[in-house]
Amino acid sequence: MTRLWLLLGAVGLVLLPWYGLETPAASVLGLRAEAAPALFAGRWWLWPLVVPLGMAFAGWLVPAGVAGLAWMAGQGLVIGLRGWGISWLGLAGAAPAQAAMGWGAAAFALACLMWIAIGLARRGWCRGDVFVLGALLLITGLIALFVAWPVLSILSSAVRDNAGAFTPGALPDKLFNRAIWGLDCLGGGRGCGVAWNTLAQALVVGVLATLLGLAFALVAVRTQLPLKPLVRVLSLLPVITPPFVIGLALILLFGRVGVVTNFLANSFDIPRTRWIYGMPGITIAQLLAFTPIAFLVLLGVLEGVAPSLEEAASTLRAGRWQVFRTVTWPLIRPGLANAFLISFIESLADFANPLMIGGNFNVLSTDIFFAVVGAAHDQSRAAVLSIVLLVFTLTAFLAQRAWIGGRSYTTVTGKGDAGLSAPLPLGLKAACLGVVVPWLVLTVVVYGIILGGGFVKTFGRDYTPTLDYFLTAFSIDRGVGGWFLSGSGWRSFITTMQLAAIATPVTAFLGLLTAWLLSRQDFAGKWAFEFATMMSFAIPGTVVGISYILAFNVPPVELTGTGLIIIISFVFRNMPVGIRAGLANLAQIDRSLDEASMTLRAGTARTLRLVLVPILRPAIVTAMVYGFVRAVTTVSAVIFLVSGEYNLATVYIVGRADVGEYGVALVYSAVLIVTMAAVLVGISAMVGRQRIGRRGTLPAAELATT
Amino acid sequence: MFQRAFIRRGLTFAALLAAAVTPSLARAQGTLVVYCGVDEAWCRAMTTTYEKQTGVHVDMTRQSAGEIYARLRAEKDNPRGDIWWGGTGDPHLQAADEGLTEEYKSAALPQLRDWAQRQAERAKYRTVGIYLGALGFGYNKEELARRKLAAPACWADLIKPEFKGEVQMADPNSSGTAWTALATIVQLMGEDKAFDYLKKLNGNINEYTKAGAAPAQAAGKGETLVGIAFQHDVIDVAKRGFPVQVVSPCEGTGYEIGSMSLIKGARHMDEAKKFYDWALTPDAQKIGAANGSYQMPSNNATPIPPEAPDLSKIKLIEYDFAKFGSSAERRRLLARWSTEVKNQGR
Repeated sequence: MTRLWLLLGAVGLVLLPWYGLETPAASVLGLRAEAAPALFAGRWWLWPLVVPLGMAFAGWLVPAGVAGLAWMAGQGLVIGLRGWGISWLGLAGAAPAQAAMGWGAAAFALACLMWIAIGLARRGWCRGDVFVLGALLLITGLIALFVAWPVLSILSSAVRDNAGAFTPGALPDKLFNRAIWGLDCLGGGRGCGVAWNTLAQALVVGVLATLLGLAFALVAVRTQLPLKPLVRVLSLLPVITPPFVIGLALILLFGRVGVVTNFLANSFDIPRTRWIYGMPGITIAQLLAFTPIAFLVLLGVLEGVAPSLEEAASTLRAGRWQVFRTVTWPLIRPGLANAFLISFIESLADFANPLMIGGNFNVLSTDIFFAVVGAAHDQSRAAVLSIVLLVFTLTAFLAQRAWIGGRSYTTVTGKGDAGLSAPLPLGLKAACLGVVVPWLVLTVVVYGIILGGGFVKTFGRDYTPTLDYFLTAFSIDRGVGGWFLSGSGWRSFITTMQLAAIATPVTAFLGLLTAWLLSRQDFAGKWAFEFATMMSFAIPGTVVGISYILAFNVPPVELTGTGLIIIISFVFRNMPVGIRAGLANLAQIDRSLDEASMTLRAGTARTLRLVLVPILRPAIVTAMVYGFVRAVTTVSAVIFLVSGEYNLATVYIVGRADVGEYGVALVYSAVLIVTMAAVLVGISAMVGRQRIGRRGTLPAAELATT
Repeated sequence: MFQRAFIRRGLTFAALLAAAVTPSLARAQGTLVVYCGVDEAWCRAMTTTYEKQTGVHVDMTRQSAGEIYARLRAEKDNPRGDIWWGGTGDPHLQAADEGLTEEYKSAALPQLRDWAQRQAERAKYRTVGIYLGALGFGYNKEELARRKLAAPACWADLIKPEFKGEVQMADPNSSGTAWTALATIVQLMGEDKAFDYLKKLNGNINEYTKAGAAPAQAAGKGETLVGIAFQHDVIDVAKRGFPVQVVSPCEGTGYEIGSMSLIKGARHMDEAKKFYDWALTPDAQKIGAANGSYQMPSNNATPIPPEAPDLSKIKLIEYDFAKFGSSAERRRLLARWSTEVKNQGR
């Protein structure tokens, strides 16, 4: 085992090309100078790496690994693409130049990590379990590189000016700018600061989504109406819907020449306005997207309220209202807070809907985008805005974890659980239905438009059925070289599917491994480890995107423009889904199973592979399905990362919708939705027919809480 | 049994994934990365035609000129693109100014119209003109009739109170079209008067869109009454059956010279030069009109599309590309516009 890792380190230094991830396999043996392994081609700054390798062979594993990683990082930061990377060191002399690290460097770094793991295990850390230590170090290393380092890059970019000079003095000015914090809207006609806009938007959506979700949950749990299955299906739809299409459908309905607007104007002479563009439109779009999440959270909470308590109250002659007010409501309050915070965080991070339907109402996520792509091209401003947004989200996220976290508020115990839930007070029931039914109608109409709107000539004007838009995006043509895909959407569609398909197993693997470490192993700094893994999804997508650009555009680690950076962003954005699913399932598996396997002298890895993985199948499926679907539907994180070769479906659709080509955008969205529905079914059929989770709501609820 | 079946299914799944992934690894012989700055349909037709004729695999990304320029700056240490084809000329000139693009004199240069050659000279042959489009605006005929308003004919009409909340234009911070509009107004009226005008116009604007062509689309659909855009964009919308009328403002108007540049440090420079030469031929330039882009093409031998706005009837201003194409002037005017106009709200 040890020998294998020693060998890998040696191979990384003397066989694999040290630089460049796109180096073709033919040059692996150093056929081209720029693809030479580390120790060749006169690159003196890499020669010291022999020392750690020798130390490792001599058996000083921990110091060897630490020294190897430290030297790699040090020289990588000091020697940049065009000479000295850190000017304040005042290094003189002709600066050497080096490209970004490649496969050789990756292999060597991995070997270093494993040397440390083996060394520490020999000293008795983690009960001497190499596998545990190795997994722990691997995940920590990946998170440090792909979560912590980008975030640090943002922080450092905020204290630089646009040309890259270090100007910490300007930070307070940029941070407390009137464009961010101004309160002019209270006084007169001017707009408020973008931070206030964002907060107000998130508050409104948080409150409304919670109330709507509660109404849905009450109808589903406490009435006899056959709405429950319908509500459940509809609650899964937003998961497979690319986020911005909802905004698009709303424009077609309520825009100034939308269907509803036309009807009202023609029949009742209600003047057409552009009210939908801005906060009202964003609010409705986000409610359509996030209410199902709030619903799933509250559904679980409501189902957990023991009927016996309510029965006790009514036997004590409490009226329906009194029961609801004094028993049910207090019991579901924590659930309400949870639902609120989740919707609040989602709204803060939402990028696509404000982009689509925001009009002149700016929020942080879109402002970050325009700070980068706009003609001003002000990365520093983008970094400052990112920090503000990051502070908002992290505060809400920590509040959610600290306040409610994993604590259980259910009152269901082993005994005395029988009984019927109290019926809803009549007024409340009517109110709930009055909200739920129109909302369901709206949802159905919106999805009708999304699925069908691209197959008519001009939605709202001319309903002649047409395949034009479909063919524009997905036609197949014949040329010199035979059949080829000439539709404009094919390339981004195929790229999306490929990248998501590559990312999916990796996401599931890392997520479940992390879950296993968290639930089955004890080690120092576990809380920090858990916090770091969860961090990556508390960070809004736009911030992830911009931070990846800042961190990975230049050596030592250069990934922009590659497919790899998109895959990595998928993996670390969606890994927490795997962690959640894994944790939930592992909690149901008694440790005695592991122990039995261990007493039969199976190692940790073997136990994991032969005992836990088969039992964890539901969690694997959940992690894969949601890893895939979330990868396909994501926009905010990848809109900065796409390139000519690697364009993604969602980014393409946003671009189409942005210039007003709604037909193509709708057709493409419909194709995506149908594909993902098929993938959902397909993955579960292929990996195993077992139902996902023990309860039907589990996976969705898992997703909801992430 | 259960184990085996699970593993087998897992393997099948992995094999399917691998099969899905393979085509991306098998690269075509020649590859070219094009950043395309015009309408999607035109971009696509250009690249697929070129692919069909040469067998070269073209990776095309369509973005607005401003976005491409931002991308070039971000990637300047390590360029990913080979050629930047299309999009309004100012960012091309800026990129040339900052040394982001490569000097190249195509053999086809003498066949080009004056303005296209002048564009190349201005940039020290780091860019070249491929089409010319005049700025203007479009209004929705049905909406106008319903409101019983007089049709706007001049820039001055757009600040009339009856158009309050009815005018749309793109944000010059993100759109080259809108930057041309801003520069045109400044050249027509002089800077201070221009900003007075823009402030009044701001009161009538309902939305500053991100993309330059969006106001034309919105005017066609009736989402806005008037959209400021390039005339060929408005014509394209009208040709697709929307009730929109193009207007060439009576005071005179500015124009863009859509340009093409080779990206400095391109990884496929030879392929890029071949594409560059091809893109200047009449055959390649005809593709625009066939795909709903009615700009005036730059090669003398390319037939002018009948739908193209008749340049002899349009009052074109003497557009000062040297001044308004420079980074410093642009940054100053954009900053002034952002603080004095956009951030003032209404």
